[in-house]
Amino acid sequence: LRKNVEDFTGPRERSDLGFVTFDITADILNGKISIFDWNVKQLFLYLSAEYSTKNNALNQVVLWDKIMLRGDNPRLSLKDMKSKYFFFDDGNGLKGNRNITLTLSWNVVPNAGILPLVTGSGHVSVPFPDTYETTKSY
Amino acid sequence: REEAAAAAMLSLDFLDDVRRMNKRQLYYQVLNFGMIVSSALMIWKGLMVVTGSESPIVVVLSGSMEPAFHRGDLLFLTNRIEDPIRVGEIVVFRIEGREIPIVHRVIKIHEKQNGDIKFLTKGDNNAVDDRGLYKRGQHWLEKKDVVGRARGFVPYIGIVTILMNDYPKFKYAVLFLLGLFVLVHRE
Repeated sequence: LRKNVEDFTGPRERSDLGFVTFDITADILNGKISIFDWNVKQLFLYLSAEYSTKNNALNQVVLWDKIMLRGDNPRLSLKDMKSKYFFFDDGNGLKGNRNITLTLSWNVVPNAGILPLVTGSGHVSVPFPDTYETTKSY
Repeated sequence: REEAAAAAMLSLDFLDDVRRMNKRQLYYQVLNFGMIVSSALMIWKGLMVVTGSESPIVVVLSGSMEPAFHRGDLLFLTNRIEDPIRVGEIVVFRIEGREIPIVHRVIKIHEKQNGDIKFLTKGDNNAVDDRGLYKRGQHWLEKKDVVGRARGFVPYIGIVTILMNDYPKFKYAVLFLLGLFVLVHRE
């Protein structure tokens, strides 16, 4: 699981807005056995950013998600993805925040039964710069 | 004539017996019915205690979580306080003042040191987050709005509840048949 990211924050009146671009390379396999067994209908994958700020001890924001159905290619190779959802902080905690952790997780949806939430191994730490970007476009 | 009289008396006796027997049997069946209802209630209350949720089983009412869940699927919930709310989880919540529970996914959380948490939800199949659904001026959900977290599910079975809701005649028919079955059934 590998991610490369580039990011910056844009000034907003009340809350920091973060912009992140990333690459994801992932293999949803368990060794040779695919996670898609007879009882797995689909996987709901999501990339979440976790960090803490002065205002809040724990923040988690989903940046991107994807539904992978049984039968879809289990290999993900996405490059230069922009976050699907606005990365707003509750306040101004993104500027200069050195430790934003991006993790890929997924919800296994069975045909019937338990709904487990699995976190992928391998996560990336991303620092946000100390200043706001006013010139970059997204 | 004597034979006829004797036969008539015998049949009267017999009828009495039958009537008496039927009354006793009827009481017995009613008690049986009461026991079944009480057991069902106890199981439901027990589930509420074990899961910590006021509504441990809910039926999916809309298509906003497709293709994972469809209308009529049955969800099993837990609502244990020790389980923290995290993104990716499927929560069932009620908007203040509204009865209908909504089943969506948590996409944003902001939690303070002391455990106070506010979070945002969105249906997988919806293009936008749920802010439009919340109360006027409400931007976040809180722990108190949560009925439970979806831990497991069974497809299709809940469609009976939806049918009973949409077609009250169907509901009465089902209840009538159930009542009839329990009263008439001999163990």
